[in-house]
Amino acid sequence: MIRILRQIVKTGLVSEPPPRADQTLRQRAPEIQDEVLRLLGRALTIRQVDAGSCNGCELEIHALNNAYYNLEGLGIKFVASPRHADMLLVTGPVAKNMERALRIAWEATPDPKLVVAVGECGCNGGVFGESYASRGAVSNVIPVDVAVPGCPPAPIAILEGILTAVSARMGEGAGP
Amino acid sequence: MPLTSRIPGLALPWRPIAGDAPMAIATVGEWQWTEAARLVRECGGRLVALWGSDRRDLDEDDDDRAFAVHAAYAIREGLCIVELLVPESKPSYPDLSGLFAPATRMQRALFDLVGIAARGASDTRPWLRHGAWPEGTHPLRRDFDASSLPANTLTDYDFVRVEGDGVHEIPVGPIHAGIIEPGHFRFSIVGEKVLRLEERLGYVHKGIEKRFEEFTVPEGYRLAGRVSGDSTVAFAWAYAQAAESLLGVEPPARARWIRALMLERERVANHLGDLGALGNDAALAFALAQFMRLKEDWVRLSAEIFGHRLLMDRIVPGGVDADFGAAQAERLVGQSHAIEAEVRELRHIFEEHAGLQDRFFTTGRVTPELARTLGLTGLAARASGQSNDLRTDYPAVPWTEIGTRKAVQSQGDVAARVNVRFEELLESLRLVRAIAVGTPAGPCRTELPAAAPGALGAGWVEGWRGEVLVVLEAGEGGRIRRCHVHDPSWQNWPVLEHAVIGNIVPDFPLINKSFNLSYSGHDL
Ligand code: SF4
Repeated sequence: MIRILRQIVKTGLVSEPPPRADQTLRQRAPEIQDEVLRLLGRALTIRQVDAGSCNGCELEIHALNNAYYNLEGLGIKFVASPRHADMLLVTGPVAKNMERALRIAWEATPDPKLVVAVGECGCNGGVFGESYASRGAVSNVIPVDVAVPGCPPAPIAILEGILTAVSARMGEGAGP
Repeated sequence: MPLTSRIPGLALPWRPIAGDAPMAIATVGEWQWTEAARLVRECGGRLVALWGSDRRDLDEDDDDRAFAVHAAYAIREGLCIVELLVPESKPSYPDLSGLFAPATRMQRALFDLVGIAARGASDTRPWLRHGAWPEGTHPLRRDFDASSLPANTLTDYDFVRVEGDGVHEIPVGPIHAGIIEPGHFRFSIVGEKVLRLEERLGYVHKGIEKRFEEFTVPEGYRLAGRVSGDSTVAFAWAYAQAAESLLGVEPPARARWIRALMLERERVANHLGDLGALGNDAALAFALAQFMRLKEDWVRLSAEIFGHRLLMDRIVPGGVDADFGAAQAERLVGQSHAIEAEVRELRHIFEEHAGLQDRFFTTGRVTPELARTLGLTGLAARASGQSNDLRTDYPAVPWTEIGTRKAVQSQGDVAARVNVRFEELLESLRLVRAIAVGTPAGPCRTELPAAAPGALGAGWVEGWRGEVLVVLEAGEGGRIRRCHVHDPSWQNWPVLEHAVIGNIVPDFPLINKSFNLSYSGHDL
């Protein structure tokens, strides 16, 4: 126990300031803005769905949970069920074998819902493209609010994308 | 390498394949196909990969058109690839699953993709085909028409039922609760105890091997580096080796060292992440916070020096697209020392933590005997007494210069896999330092000649999870005709089904994480 406490004290606080929302990433007119506004002031819950990624994007989403990015401090939390989620964070080109599961997860997410597509693959199919086994971009299967490019996008870019999608409900920008 | 690998006791027309390890290929008849497998099994060798290809268009005589099936075996002498031509009129080959357990799923996938069957195999259910393409069509056939596919319909899967008093089933997935790749697990349990686990994979099949055909030999490294993102270095390197082997070139010495540096950095990054997650799954959230912080430091320096946090696209056919100078070497060494000190401290904490040890010991056990029987490979195999590691078994530059210590444990439980990870992590930190100061000066890349149609190459690399194999064949106009990419998860997924038997359901995440297998690398 002493060792654990010593290590915690030695580590100190490593969290860094969050990025600002980037309006240029926005893809879909926020017609759901009014409903989203209703949610103002409470934590954002995210359900991550890997719809066919190479797992590189997952590594960076995991990294987003480390102390440097202080996600929980921003009121953002990953949840286990789409039923508890405000947002789906979807990676990968959509593998045809995952198409139905992705639709089910999207339908199970209560309205108003936000969808952020992560990575080159989520944006446009990436190196895998569209094929007999791949539907390509996430927006080919479900409506997407914000798409974050990069292969994989760095955690900070993913966070930026998340904040861009929710900035509507938080008023101007999404600073700290 | 002057040596040619060959299977002892069987005279075959071996053709050497250029590469770091001794490798060779031989075309055989049916009797030799089975006999080769039997002899490899007898001498303690292992099946590394099994794949098929459509070569009917290469045969001039219409009556004689054939597919090919390939088995790659690792024996003490090196890698032996046995190729059997399978006539279109009778598209089947003798089953290997009786001799090599991992062949079962590879044969099922091979049928889904190429449409040639293992004769005598007991399990012939589809594996990668969930309904995205209809029965009777096969994407890796050259006459496959992707433009006229019917709607994507999911097929039911015939799970094996466990009957008995009080037995019930828990289906999980394909989407799991957490940030992980998708797959389906079906547990048959009594009370809390797992009687049986059956996996169904293939959900992230995205047509990688077919996609390779759209690239030229020098271009394919980007796709190879995305077969499994957590092993991007291992795959890109194996691909680069295969391309160089096919083209008859060798990378400059400096490139070899930098590639090894990246491979060890990838090993460190993954072990750091997994050790944190393992602590977390055993209720020590502190471990996750600490290890993830170290991992973040680690990948940030990779980005700073090499331009990518995961080191994607830095290894290219002919060399590397990255370099470092003296000041950066110093940073690499300094960081490696700093992280080592923290890892040693965290290891003490793990070892003194009674709750953690209680969860790790005897959990998810794979005995050395079971590991041998089922063909377990990579780091999980080293935790079950199987001492294979390509870096020491067929050492090449730079390992010939800096050496490397193999980490082997025998008890085969979660604790053993945790120990192997700690040992390998510390050894890789040492290797990073040795490479940072030992890398010879010189160019980082060499020119590539044009690829001759029909030329073949192979690459074989010990990634952090285990051995990665890439076998590459050139077609017309420098394009890729066939590229088979193999991830060690193929071998280890079926073993996970055994590892959980008799354990309680809540220990599954811990056992699963201790293997941390790739879905994408398997589903392709
Ligand atoms: S964007 Fe890149 S890292 Fe993300 S899933 Fe696609 S290939 Fe992998």
